[in-house]
Amino acid sequence: MRTGQDLELIHLTKRYGDTVAVDDVSYLFRGGSYVCLLGPSGCGKTSTLRMIAGHETASQGSIVLCGTEVTGLPPAKRGTAMMFQSYALFPHLTVRDNVAFSLKMKGVDQAVRHKRAGELLELVDMTRYADRLPSQLSGGQQQRVALARALVTNPQVLLLDEPLSALDPFLRVRMRTELKKLQRELGISFIHVTHGQDEALALADEIVLMNNARIEQAGPAREIFNAPRTEFVARFMGGHNVVALPQGRFALRADSVRLAQNGTEAVVRAVEYQGGHVALTARLAGDQEILALIPEGDFYADPKSPGDAVRLAWDEGRLHRLQA
Amino acid sequence: MPPESISIAGSFETPPLVRPQRTRRGHLASRHVTGWLLAAPLAVVLLAFLVLPIIMIVVVSFWTATEFSIVPAFSWENYEFLLGSDVTWRVLLNTAKYAVVTWAITVVLGFTVAYFLAFHVRSQTWQTALFLLCTIPFWTSNIIRMISWIPFLGREGLANSALLSWGVIDEPLDWLLFSDFSVILAFVHLYTLFMVVPIFNTMMRIDRTLIEAANDAGASGFQTLWNVVLPLTRPGIMIGTIFVITLVMGDFITVRFMSGSQSANVGRLIQNDIGLLQYPSASATSVLLLIVTLMVIGILLRLVDIRKEL
Repeated sequence: MRTGQDLELIHLTKRYGDTVAVDDVSYLFRGGSYVCLLGPSGCGKTSTLRMIAGHETASQGSIVLCGTEVTGLPPAKRGTAMMFQSYALFPHLTVRDNVAFSLKMKGVDQAVRHKRAGELLELVDMTRYADRLPSQLSGGQQQRVALARALVTNPQVLLLDEPLSALDPFLRVRMRTELKKLQRELGISFIHVTHGQDEALALADEIVLMNNARIEQAGPAREIFNAPRTEFVARFMGGHNVVALPQGRFALRADSVRLAQNGTEAVVRAVEYQGGHVALTARLAGDQEILALIPEGDFYADPKSPGDAVRLAWDEGRLHRLQA
Repeated sequence: MPPESISIAGSFETPPLVRPQRTRRGHLASRHVTGWLLAAPLAVVLLAFLVLPIIMIVVVSFWTATEFSIVPAFSWENYEFLLGSDVTWRVLLNTAKYAVVTWAITVVLGFTVAYFLAFHVRSQTWQTALFLLCTIPFWTSNIIRMISWIPFLGREGLANSALLSWGVIDEPLDWLLFSDFSVILAFVHLYTLFMVVPIFNTMMRIDRTLIEAANDAGASGFQTLWNVVLPLTRPGIMIGTIFVITLVMGDFITVRFMSGSQSANVGRLIQNDIGLLQYPSASATSVLLLIVTLMVIGILLRLVDIRKEL
């Protein structure tokens, strides 16, 4: 279903000299959705984001936002706004002036732009800090300011370049909840670049998984996790075993492997307690390693140690055939 | 901003810094001794070659002199004469004029060159190469660089003959040499690099994503320059300003050569006194110059906090 707010990439390519950073990528980002561009470093996700933002020129292809071709437009004329990885707050300006910066550039007069900045600061709950300089704020607070600054122009698409990577793990989880909440309230598209699959699963309506400058698989988060198309996807998303059987290669979710009385013989290699689960790595005959996530209670009813012989079983229905 | 106002709400409690406890007092004492010893050589050098001479100058400035002798005494005579004479004020004003005009030109040139080097030259090799190119004039001495302007600017010089042959002018321009123009030209030539270096240095520390962020916010090239680059370069500009102002205020040789002894600044006044062996009077003038220069620097330092740059 298309809406007026869609962002579409059409055969988008970026070359740096001989290297191809983004190779003929086409994708439709639906308006009002939270999309994560996911992939290992160097896969082209950041280049893609920067091309959408207009900070990088596309070597080929086009970008269409809300039915308008924006490929050649400067960043501020596209209806996108970017939140930078390091936040890029202006160190010499107060929080309020940082948020109001783009309005000042447009020539909006001071009273109006300060009022608007005040609204945005309230949205991100930073009103108290309006007169501080960025260096007097913590990382999480700087991020809120960066968010307010990006949103002040009412963009249709907010582009976030690894927004949570500079935060400590605790704060990261909290900010990610807030990002999602904000996106829902504003109803605009968020395109969020990350290399963390847990972040992508937690946030995204849709995940675009990139590898080697191409889209490896794209779709709703659950679909990517439950039905990986390739071995790369299965391994990158984690929680999967890739099993080679005579019929081909299959993805098998680690939490569908269980210890059983009769099943495939295996030797325990490692046992890792993870709280709710125990991660048990076992080696099958033929040198295949299998990861089994076993509920804590089940495991400690009959604990195993490295070196023990066990039998592993899974339902045939849980095997998902990989295409590559 | 006082430090107590920098409270970071929502941050986590950090354990207080644990300082390693020193168990032996001897260790503590020896650390202090080492510190003093390390600081001593520079302290001695500064004391012998900076503090003592200045004290000497201040002392001598209260002595009196006749045509053939210097009398150690305490007298306000030199200062009375100095501050009472309108020559002093005219010369001081002239010195200030040289400093301000030179500053204005070097700051514009320095900022432009540094901006070009820092933001428009992308490859680091070229950046280094062009930067070294700026320093080439420093391979020859100040005086030679100054004197080399004379055959260029003189009545029969290259500039005049070129302009004559192009038909731009009908008769040689007199103001090219031995004028305020030539003095300021030489100052600019000599001191622009002292502006380029600190400004370039500050510019290189500006986070490039700030420029992108400004661009993202719709700032034009000039708006980015004015609202982002310039404010963030202020400490560098200030350091360059201090260099240029102090160098121009203390100069005497450039003014002498390039004005053909037709203009004077405070340095020339001091030099004249020394030539006439009027050391007490020269000292008093020096003290006046020192006070004026320190006042200028004091004002500049109040305007911009350069500590974070050092």
